[in-house]
Amino acid sequence: MRVSFNVNGEDVTADNVWPGESLLYVLRERLGLPGSKNACEQGECGSCTVYFDGVTACSCMIAAGQAEGRRVRTVEGLAQGSGKGPERELGTVQDAFVEAGAVQCGFCTPGLLVQTDDLLERTVGAGLPAPDDAEIREALAGNLCRCTGYEKIIDAVHLAAERHAGTGGGA
Amino acid sequence: MEFLSPSTLEEALEAKSAHPDGLPIMGGTDVMVELNFDKRRPAALIDLTRIPELAEWGAEDGCTRLGAGVPYTRIIEHLSAAAPALAKASRSVASPQIRNRGTVGGNLGGASPAGEAHPPLLATDAVIELASVRGRRRVPAREFYLSFRTTARRDDELITAVLLPEPSGPQQFAKIGTRNAMVIAVTSFSLALDAERRTVGTGLGSAGPTPLRAEAAEEFLAGEFDWEGGAPLPEAAVRRFGELVAAASRPIDDQRGSAGYRRHALSVMARRALSWSVTDYRKEATRCA
Ligand SMILES: Cc1cc2nc3c(=O)[nH]c(=O)nc-3n(C[C@H](O)[C@H](O)[C@H](O)COP(=O)(O)OP(=O)(O)OC[C@H]3O[C@@H](n4cnc5c(N)ncnc54)[C@H](O)[C@@H]3O)c2cc1C
Ligand code: FES
Ligand code: FES
Repeated sequence: MRVSFNVNGEDVTADNVWPGESLLYVLRERLGLPGSKNACEQGECGSCTVYFDGVTACSCMIAAGQAEGRRVRTVEGLAQGSGKGPERELGTVQDAFVEAGAVQCGFCTPGLLVQTDDLLERTVGAGLPAPDDAEIREALAGNLCRCTGYEKIIDAVHLAAERHAGTGGGA
Repeated sequence: MEFLSPSTLEEALEAKSAHPDGLPIMGGTDVMVELNFDKRRPAALIDLTRIPELAEWGAEDGCTRLGAGVPYTRIIEHLSAAAPALAKASRSVASPQIRNRGTVGGNLGGASPAGEAHPPLLATDAVIELASVRGRRRVPAREFYLSFRTTARRDDELITAVLLPEPSGPQQFAKIGTRNAMVIAVTSFSLALDAERRTVGTGLGSAGPTPLRAEAAEEFLAGEFDWEGGAPLPEAAVRRFGELVAAASRPIDDQRGSAGYRRHALSVMARRALSWSVTDYRKEATRCA
């Protein structure tokens, strides 16, 4: 089957899609967007988290055909500007993760970035106070990291929240 | 495999009637696990996420009508007052990403005895609405679960909504798991006190082959409870209530817990849910006095 939808502001079409495959598979294998990671394919790890019509979801849990006509934003869409590769400027959340040392092997990072972006949009982005540790842990409860022990990730979210509030907007 | 995308309920019912072995998909949080791991190869997927009626909720004849396709996140945001037990249970499901997609209709479709929605639906005497090309019908949750993963839903029927009675007293939900997030319940319990009818409702999850009620415990508590003033119950009555809840369970030993642990945990959760409920009830009673 053919599936058309919008990814990071661009209309895309994937052909020869098997109806039982996931949106994650379509993004990675058919559209050349390998940012979203496949680490479990069962909704447990959050590495494949994307915005789906403005709400975060595990893209491995969405059937390809369910994406028809929908808006998807992946980790690739968090960086500013439309360029590809190293000339692209990272977003606030991405910079904070790098600076706080929240990235080790990096496999969990794309999902954490999208989920953190959403948390900040719903808190500081909506004029509410920056999230505290408990809120951060709750928001990231569906994102597993095997390397960092999470402490640096929490630091990164605090840092990103400060900057987000300071600039009045994120990526 | 065919992928069907009906945009109205009528089209969906026709699709389900034409493909009785077609697999409905809403949030996909159960279906996609089976597809990704090659555990299931249905002849067709019937996507129900484009049917507006299934994604809506609102008041209807003293009830809240909850569309089968409303995700847990919306239930938590909007129905904490109209359906406290279900909202509490929704909060304990999986992770934010899963709660953004997973639905009560999907929970009822899979009918896992561990499903979080079932104990609150049993305790609050909710009603499940089913539809097919032959028409609509309503089945009380208390008659819906027949045997392991088998329900009153027929092959050509879709689950369209759940009718949640307006609460008339405290409602509680408790769940035991190895951590707070992302766990299937080792066992779970829901309690609802109905001050108007002076009845008690219970629901037990992961406590047997189907979600269960503890009817003897319900009757015992309805008889013992001080419905006028909400006075705290004697210790012996609280203990007895816990024992009767545990006695209604038919648990098994599995990797998540032993049958003995589940029975013990159920009696503890039942006593706790009761004491929280009595505290809430007294607050409510003094406010009205
Ligand atoms: C990581 C993870 C953690 C989870 N944790 C929990 C948890 O803590 N508690 C819990 O209860 N569940 C949990 N689940 C299971 C799942 O999220 C829930 O059962 C959820 O309610 C399923 O809803 P859905 O809309 O995603 O269902 P889907 O996957 O779309 O469908 C589930 C089943 O219902 C059928 N179905 C769907 N809609 C209809 C309909 N309208 N009419 C008839 N049949 C229908 C489908 O054919 C399928 O058999 C978890 C799942 C994952 C992946
Ligand atoms: S790959 Fe989707 S949640 Fe792990
Ligand atoms: S950095 Fe390796 S899994 Fe998180």
